[in-house]
Amino acid sequence: MANLSFTLNGRPQTLDVDAAMPLLWVLRDVLGLTGTKFSCGIAQCGACTVLLDGKPMRSCVVAVSSAAGKHVTTIEGLSTDGSHPVQRAWVAEQVPQCGYCQSGQILSAVALLAEKKAPTEADIDAAMSGNFCRCGTYSRIRKAIHRAAKETAP
Amino acid sequence: MNGLLNVSRRKFLQATVVGGTGLVLGVSFRSAEAAAPQRFEPNAFLAIDGSGRVTIWVAKSEMGQGVRTALPMVVADELEADWAMVHVEQALAEPKYGRMGTGGSSSVRNSYLPLRKAGAAAREMMVSAAAARWGVEASGCRAESGVVLHAPTGRRLAYGELVAEAAKLPVPADPKLKDPGQFRYIGTPMPRVDIPAKVNGSAVYGIDVRVPNMLVATVVRCPVVGGKLSKLDDSAARAVPGVRRVVPMESGVAVVAESTWPALRGRQALVVSWDEGPHAGLGQDSIWQQLETAVQKPAAVARATGNVTRALAAGRTLEATYQAPLLAHLTMEPQNCVADVQPDGCEVWAPTQVPDRARAVVAKLLGINPERVVVHTTFLGGGFGRRLETDAVVEAVQLSRAVAAPVKVLWTLDDDFAHDFYRPPSVHRLFGALDAAGQPLAWLHRLSVPSRSPERLKNGIDEGALTGALQVPYGFPNLAVEFAASATPVQLGAWRSVAHSYNAFAVESFIDELAHFAGKDPLAFRRSLLAASPRHLRVLDLVADKAGWGRPVPKGRGRGLAVHESFASVVAEVVDVVAEGTGFRVERVVCAVDCGTVVNPNTVEAQVEGGVTFGLSAALREAITIDQGRTVQTSLSEYAPLRMREAPVVEVHVVKTNEPPGGIGEPGVPPLAPAVANAVFAATGKRLRKLPLQPPSRGTG
Repeated sequence: MANLSFTLNGRPQTLDVDAAMPLLWVLRDVLGLTGTKFSCGIAQCGACTVLLDGKPMRSCVVAVSSAAGKHVTTIEGLSTDGSHPVQRAWVAEQVPQCGYCQSGQILSAVALLAEKKAPTEADIDAAMSGNFCRCGTYSRIRKAIHRAAKETAP
Repeated sequence: MNGLLNVSRRKFLQATVVGGTGLVLGVSFRSAEAAAPQRFEPNAFLAIDGSGRVTIWVAKSEMGQGVRTALPMVVADELEADWAMVHVEQALAEPKYGRMGTGGSSSVRNSYLPLRKAGAAAREMMVSAAAARWGVEASGCRAESGVVLHAPTGRRLAYGELVAEAAKLPVPADPKLKDPGQFRYIGTPMPRVDIPAKVNGSAVYGIDVRVPNMLVATVVRCPVVGGKLSKLDDSAARAVPGVRRVVPMESGVAVVAESTWPALRGRQALVVSWDEGPHAGLGQDSIWQQLETAVQKPAAVARATGNVTRALAAGRTLEATYQAPLLAHLTMEPQNCVADVQPDGCEVWAPTQVPDRARAVVAKLLGINPERVVVHTTFLGGGFGRRLETDAVVEAVQLSRAVAAPVKVLWTLDDDFAHDFYRPPSVHRLFGALDAAGQPLAWLHRLSVPSRSPERLKNGIDEGALTGALQVPYGFPNLAVEFAASATPVQLGAWRSVAHSYNAFAVESFIDELAHFAGKDPLAFRRSLLAASPRHLRVLDLVADKAGWGRPVPKGRGRGLAVHESFASVVAEVVDVVAEGTGFRVERVVCAVDCGTVVNPNTVEAQVEGGVTFGLSAALREAITIDQGRTVQTSLSEYAPLRMREAPVVEVHVVKTNEPPGGIGEPGVPPLAPAVANAVFAATGKRLRKLPLQPPSRGTG
C-alpha cells in the first residue's frame, strides 16, 4: 500500500492503495467512478480509456502509481450535465447504442480534438481505431467528431 | 449505495405482496384496491401521479436497440401523454408483464398492440373522469398532450388533476385505438432516453452495480468443454491480500475477494489441473468433416414442391457448397451478475435479455417460490443473443449462497470468448437447374448444422436451424430443403439473426450464382422469381434505385446484391467493393428496409447501420475455431473484429407503410455477407463460398 496523489477531474485526490493496482480498478472500485469501463483488460478495446495529462491511456494496464502527480480525466470529468461539446455532439448524432464503449470513444475523441481542431478522415481513423465498438456505431462517431470540431471552431 | 438497496428492498416487499395476484396486461387492477388516491395505475405498464407525471415501465431489456424509448413512445402516443412528463422505468421481472425475453427482434412487434391498448385504455379513463366531473358526455371531450379538453365550453383538466377519479373507473377492455394519421410520437424521430446517461458515465450496467458488503468473484473454468476440476492448489491465491475465499464450483473455481483487482490476481495465482474429459481431442477439422459428410447424401426433407430429383436430372445444373463458421457474440460488457441470497429470498441484478427466465432459474436453484426472487435488469453492454443464457446468474447465486454475502461474479473477455454459446457452424450444399431456355427449374438446399440441443430435433429436422432456408422466396417450380442432423459438444446459442445469419449467406449467394449461370442480371433474375413477394420486390427496387444498380462500375470495383426476410421485415442491401491487391475493401453499403410501421425512425436507421457493421465484421474476418477441445481465439487481436478505419459508408432507406411493425435489431445482418461475396464476384470473378471472406490469419480452421 502506498499514499498516492493525483488530480482527478480537477480535484486533488490522495489514496492509500496497492500501487500496482490498475488505475481502472482504483477509479471503479475504490472511488466509485463507474463510467470508465472494463472490457478486454489488455489494452485492445479502449473501453477503459481515460486522459492522463490530456493523453488517452488504457486505464486497465496503467498502474495507479503512474498517475501520481498527474491530471486524470474520466468521462465524469467532462461534465455531468452533458454540456461538453463532444458529449453534445454525441447526443446530437444519437451515437450510443448499448453505450458500453462510449466513455472510451468520447475521451479518445476529446484527445484527438485537443490536438487537431479539424481532423481529417485519416486523423479520425488513426485516433479512433483503438476503440472497438461491437454495436457498429463507427459512422455516427465519425459524424459526431466532425460536428464537435465544427461547433468548437473559433 | 444504501439508497439503492433500500429502494430495492421496498420493491422486494411490494413484489412479494402483489406478485401472486396474477395481474396481466389490460385487465388488472390494482387501482381499485389502491389506498393512495393520488396515483392512477390502470395496468402494469403505466401510472400517473397527482403532479401529472407519467411513469412508463419497460419490460424489455435495453441493449442498444432503443426499446427503452420506442416502447414508451407507443404507450405515450395512445395515452396522449406529454412526452416531457414521461418518466421511464425498467420493470422488475414479474408475471404481469408477460414474456419479458428480449430476442428475435420481437420487442416492438409483440408489444405494439398490447402497449397501444394499455395507453388507450388509460386515455379513455382520463376522458371519462373529466366528463363525469363536468357532467358532460365523454364523446364531447378529447385528450391532448396530457390534458382533457371540452371544446364546447373551453374547459380543460390536466391528467394529474384526474388521477383520483380515474383510478375508480373500470378499465375499458377494448379501447378505441388511434388512426395512424393521429400519431403524435409513433413515426417521429425521438431522441433516445438512455443516451444522456451513456455520454456522462452515469448509465448503470450490470458490472456497475454495487450493494453493501458485496464481494467480487472471478471464475477460472476448464478450457475444454465438458472438463472437470481434478486438482487445486489455492494456497497462493488465498495469500493474495483482499482474497476472502476460494470456492470450487460446478463451472470452475471461483476466487471471491473484496474487490475486482484482488479477485483477478487471486485467479492468476490459482494452480489448477483439469480432467479434460471426453472432448479433449476435438478439433475444427473433425467438426467440418462431420458436416461436409452429412451433406453428401440425401437428408430429411423439410420442404418440398414439385419433383426436384427429376428436375435436376432434366435440366442444366449448377452445384455449390457454402460454409459458415462458429462465431462469438463478443459483448463488450463481459458476462456478470450480482446476487444477494438471503434467508427469505434472493435479489439479483443482471444485464440479462431474459429477466423472467432468470427469476425462474434462480427460484429453482434455491428451491424457493419465484415470488421470493427479485430480478433487476440493468443496461446491457451488448446482448446479440449471448444474454439469453443465464450462466452468469447461476454462478452469482451459487457463490452468494456459498459465502453468505452479496457477490458480483465478473467474467473476463477471454472467459467470454472461451465459454460462449457460439453461433453454430454450418455447411450448405445447393443444387440448381435451368431449363433449355435458361428458365429456373429446380432448387435444392441441403443443410447440415449441429442443433443447439437434441430436443430441437423433430423427425430429424431442426426447424429453428432452417429459418431463412425453408422460406426461400424464389418461385422455383421444383424446390426442396433438406436437413442433415448432427451434434457437437461445443456450446451453441442464438447469435444476432440466428439461423438467418448462415442461411441467407447460402441462399443469396447461390441465387446470384444461378443468375450468372443463366446469363442474367442478378437483380432481374431475382425479380423474375419474386412475383409472389411484393415486399421483396419493393425493397429490391428501392435499393437498386438508391445504389445506382445497373450503372457502369469502374474496373476493379464490383457491386453485389442480396435480399432477405427475417423477423417479419425484409431488407435488401447493395455492397460496393474495391479490389485491392489480392483482397478487397468494402466501400459502401446501401440498404432498403421494409420493417412495417416504424415507431422510432432514428432507432431503425441506427439498428440497420449497426447490423450492417456487425454483419460485415463477421463476414470479413470472424471465426471461432476449436483445437484440442479448446477455443483458439480468446482475444480481440485473434478474433479481429471490424474497427473504425474499415467501417464503410452505410445508407439506410426505409419503406413507408402502415403495415404492423416488423423486427429491426437483427434483419440488417443476414443480407450483408452474401451481398459482399456477390460484390467480390462482380469485381474479381472470384466466387467466395466460405465465411469469413478475409480470415485474419491461417488458424487451425
